[in-house]
Formats: sequence, C-alpha cells, structure tokens
Amino acid sequence: MNIFVLMKRTFDTEEKISISGGKINEDGAEFIINPYDEYAIEEAIQVRDAQGGEVTVITVGSEEAEKQLRTALAMGADKAVLINTEDDLEYSDQFTTAKILAEYLKDKDADLIIGGNVAIDGGSGQVGPRVAELLNIPYVTTITNLEINGSTVTVVRDVEGDSEVIETSLPLLVTAQQGLNEPRYPSLPGIMKAKKKPLDELELDDLDLEEDDVEAKTKTIEIYLPAQKQAGKVLEGELADQVKELVSLLHNEAKVV
Amino acid sequence: MARKVLVLGEVRDGQLRNVSYEAVGAAKTIAEGGEVVGVLLGASVSSLAEELIQYGADRVVVVEDEKLAQYTSDGYAQGLIAVIESEQPEGLVFGHTSLGKDLSPRVAGKLSSGLISDVTYIEVEGGNIVFTRPIYSGKAFEKKIVTDGLIFATVRPNNIAPLEKDESRTGDVSTLSVDIKDLRTIIKEVVRKATEGVDLSEAKVVIAGGRGVKSEEGFEPLKELAQVLGGAVGASRGACDAEYCDYSLQIGQTGKVVTPDLYIACGISGAIQHLAGMSNSKVIVAINKDPEANIFNVADYGIVGDLFEVVPMLTEEFKKLKVNA
Repeated sequence: MNIFVLMKRTFDTEEKISISGGKINEDGAEFIINPYDEYAIEEAIQVRDAQGGEVTVITVGSEEAEKQLRTALAMGADKAVLINTEDDLEYSDQFTTAKILAEYLKDKDADLIIGGNVAIDGGSGQVGPRVAELLNIPYVTTITNLEINGSTVTVVRDVEGDSEVIETSLPLLVTAQQGLNEPRYPSLPGIMKAKKKPLDELELDDLDLEEDDVEAKTKTIEIYLPAQKQAGKVLEGELADQVKELVSLLHNEAKVV
Repeated sequence: MARKVLVLGEVRDGQLRNVSYEAVGAAKTIAEGGEVVGVLLGASVSSLAEELIQYGADRVVVVEDEKLAQYTSDGYAQGLIAVIESEQPEGLVFGHTSLGKDLSPRVAGKLSSGLISDVTYIEVEGGNIVFTRPIYSGKAFEKKIVTDGLIFATVRPNNIAPLEKDESRTGDVSTLSVDIKDLRTIIKEVVRKATEGVDLSEAKVVIAGGRGVKSEEGFEPLKELAQVLGGAVGASRGACDAEYCDYSLQIGQTGKVVTPDLYIACGISGAIQHLAGMSNSKVIVAINKDPEANIFNVADYGIVGDLFEVVPMLTEEFKKLKVNA
C-alpha cells in the first residue's frame, strides 16, 4: 500500500496571538504539526502496519517545516518530502497548495492519501478535497473510522454529529476528524531512526511548475485581532435577585431574549 | 459591478436550512444589483424553490435525481457543475456546513477558482467584495478579496443576516436535467446521534455544560432551559470526555464552532480549546462556582454560583418573561 499524508506545520493556537507589521507575530511562537494531521499520520502508520507498504509525509512550506517532518518520521512514517516554496512564492492560498500537492502526487500511484480535515491556523479545510478533485479520485472528509478490505474501503464520516457509514474504493483521499485514533508520541528509538530516514526537498522547478501556474486566486488584505471585550459584569446580591437581574439585562439591555 | 451569483440551497429533513437564507443575503451583497439564482439539488426539492425566492433569490434552478436523495460529493458536484456551466455565474455562495465544507473545495478545484471559506461578514469596499473570516481558532480575523476569477465563498451559520421574508415575491423556477453518473462513494447507513430539536450550529441560543454538570443527568436542567428559550444544548470537551454527553454536542477547537445570539456556559471553566468554539457569540453568560474561572473573562454577564441552583431559577424566570410577553 502506497500511502501519503498531507501535513501542515501550524502555529500553536493555544499560544497568545499578537500582530506586528500587519502579520501574526511568530517570534518565539511554538510551531506544531497541525493536530488533525497528527491523526492522519497515526492512521497512515496503522494502515501500513496492517497492510504493508510505505508512508510518505508531504508538506508545502519553508525549510522550518523540516522539524515537523522529522517528528512525523519519528512517529513511524518512512519518508518525508518538503516542497519548499519559500524562494518562489510570496503569497499563496489553498488553490496554490493543492495545485502543488496534486502535481507532486499525480505520478506517484498513491493508494491512500490522508490529511487533517482542517488546519487550526487558516481554518479553511480546502486542500484535501481540492487535491482529490485534481487527481480525480474519490474522497471522504471528517472521517472517524477507516477499514480496508482488499480494494473495498469502509469509512465512517462525522456529519455534524451524525455518522455516515460510507463504502468506497481505492485509490482514495480521506481527511481525519477527532476520534479517528490516538496519535502516538515519538519514541526515543523512533527519534534516533528518524534522523536517518529520507527527507527530500523539492522546489517548484522540480515539479515543472511556474509561479504563474500556482498564483493565488485570493489575497489577504488585513489581519486584525478582535476588539478587546469589556470586562463582563459579575452580578452580586442574593442569588434569586441575581437571576432576576440577569433575565432583565438579557431582555432589556442585550435584547437577545 | 453587477454580478450573477448562484446560491446552493441546503435541504435537511425536507426543509431548507437557515444558513441557506443567510447565503442568499450574502449573495445579494456580492451580486451588487445583479441576479441571485438559487440552486436546489435532491430527489424531490422543487417545492422549496418558492421559499428561496421569498428570501431574496430572483429565480431558482432545480436538479432532481434519485441519486441526489442523499448528499454525496460525487452526485452534488455533477449536479452543481452542470448548473454552473449552464448559468456561467460570477459568484457562488454555500453555507459553511458539513455539506458546504465537503463540496465547496471540490467545486473550486474543478473550476480552478479561489474559495474563501467560513466567512462571517461581507462588505463592498473600494470596488472590492471584502470577506471577513476568523483565523487561528477565532483569535484573529482576516479580510480577504478574490484577485482572479469566480467570487466563491462559504458563510458561517448565524453571522450574515438573511433578508426579510417577502411572501409576495415571485420568480422563475426552472429544471435542469442532468445525467448523474455513478457515485464512487455509497452511503450504507446513517447513524443519527445529533439531538432532536434545534440544530446546535444554527441555534440562536445555546446552553452549554462543562465538567461542573457532573453527570449525564446533570444535563437535564440545561435541556429544560434550552427548551424554554428555543435553544440547543452544547458541551465542553471536558463534559464529553467524562461521558456526560455525546461528542456530537462538543463545542470548541475540536468540535463545533457556534455563534449564537446568547451563549450560557454552565459549569464550564473556559479553556482555550472551548473558547475557540464560542467566543464570537454575541452575548455570553457564565455560571460557575469558581469566581476565578477563565470563562468570566469572556462573559458579558456572570453569576458566581452553583449551576444546579441557578439554572432552574433562570428557567422559571424566563418562563415568566414568556408568559408576560
């Protein structure tokens, strides 16, 4: 089984966010593997262990993503590929990323491609289905279970809390939802081994792509923080009076009921 | 610049979802005076066309096929692409729902277009349609524009105001016949776990419980309050992990993102993971025994107290209010 994982290095959104020069300030921030992509890596490793084959983790980004790729290798992936766009692209969007990934994957005979269903930084959730469309293979998003039996695949898809049991076939792209598995932590031997595993670095040139081919279709014109909320009003007095006051405030002041 | 904008009407349990009316409102802004065309896909959906028109669509195109009875990306993409090819729109709007999230990137991929997902506000500014969307789990916002091609967006439920329903509005309803080819993904079974009643992601009022709810039964007073207010019950990850409720109720970075008019957090400490799913609610009420709980930092109103005392009292007060109203 030839398995690929689409991984993104993201800002840890549990960190405090600040803005400088119109951009999210990344100085000293913690970067992680997008949590949903960790489910994807774990699932890929489990499928390989059950079915045989190889797991390749791919990311599009800068050299700094090497750290997260090494972590994926330490978890148990076999190979990593960094498509480094740092020198070529000043601005990119989901169209760009999907196009690059599809260009890389088109002649790789992937049986299974797994990604997270959304990245916690940009939050668009577009890249997986876009790649599947460009490769002309079926996809299922937000999956919580995956079973492969020969060429038949049964997945469970989370649909706003309901579950759909879906039958499909390989080759297939799926995106991981929370609950798919419990991602493992890299073991110490895993970390040692990861240092020797192949990590290839490619640029757009290597994929015969010109900058124009992947030029973004959208553009961010401003990033801002939400207005600081005024300190809320903690009510005082007898509980019964507080409850009456709250109802009155919600009805007369906030006008939400 | 007047544009023709298509809006996908999303049908669930034989009804149009609220977010579809909001999407029509969004499409009106994007159209800048141009035509807003509703699209309905399904086995038997043409009867809903009138409603889309009453909410502001100028006309509706319907594609009916047994293979569209349930949503699959293959079926819907074929139907929708056929409508797009016949209508040649300059804009496209879906709801940012499970269906919209699944389908929109594929359609954008097929059309080689951009797509701005999870939009909470749309304005016309300096000749551009400017889209606002939350990023970094709602801790920041970005404004985006489309620089090339189709203006395609998905809108987050409960954020963009629908137009007022006008029952006197009429418009053309046409049928497009599309040969829906084989589906590569087949839905074998749907296991309904989401609760009966109001849909959590679209609810105007959400009553959410955390670890402080203490047990499955502990959710009962919350359900009663939700019922009185016509709202939905949600939960923090802590409450789900402790198995007080199903994960389908989880609100947070993992789980659902909600933006109701009123969010009442009961026994929820306010971890960042949870705030990511609800901090953009219009009014937040916190009820917690611990006066130091982080939830009070984002709440508009707070009561320090035992939720099992406060929530039933609130239910009674709201009942009185409804009677007097």
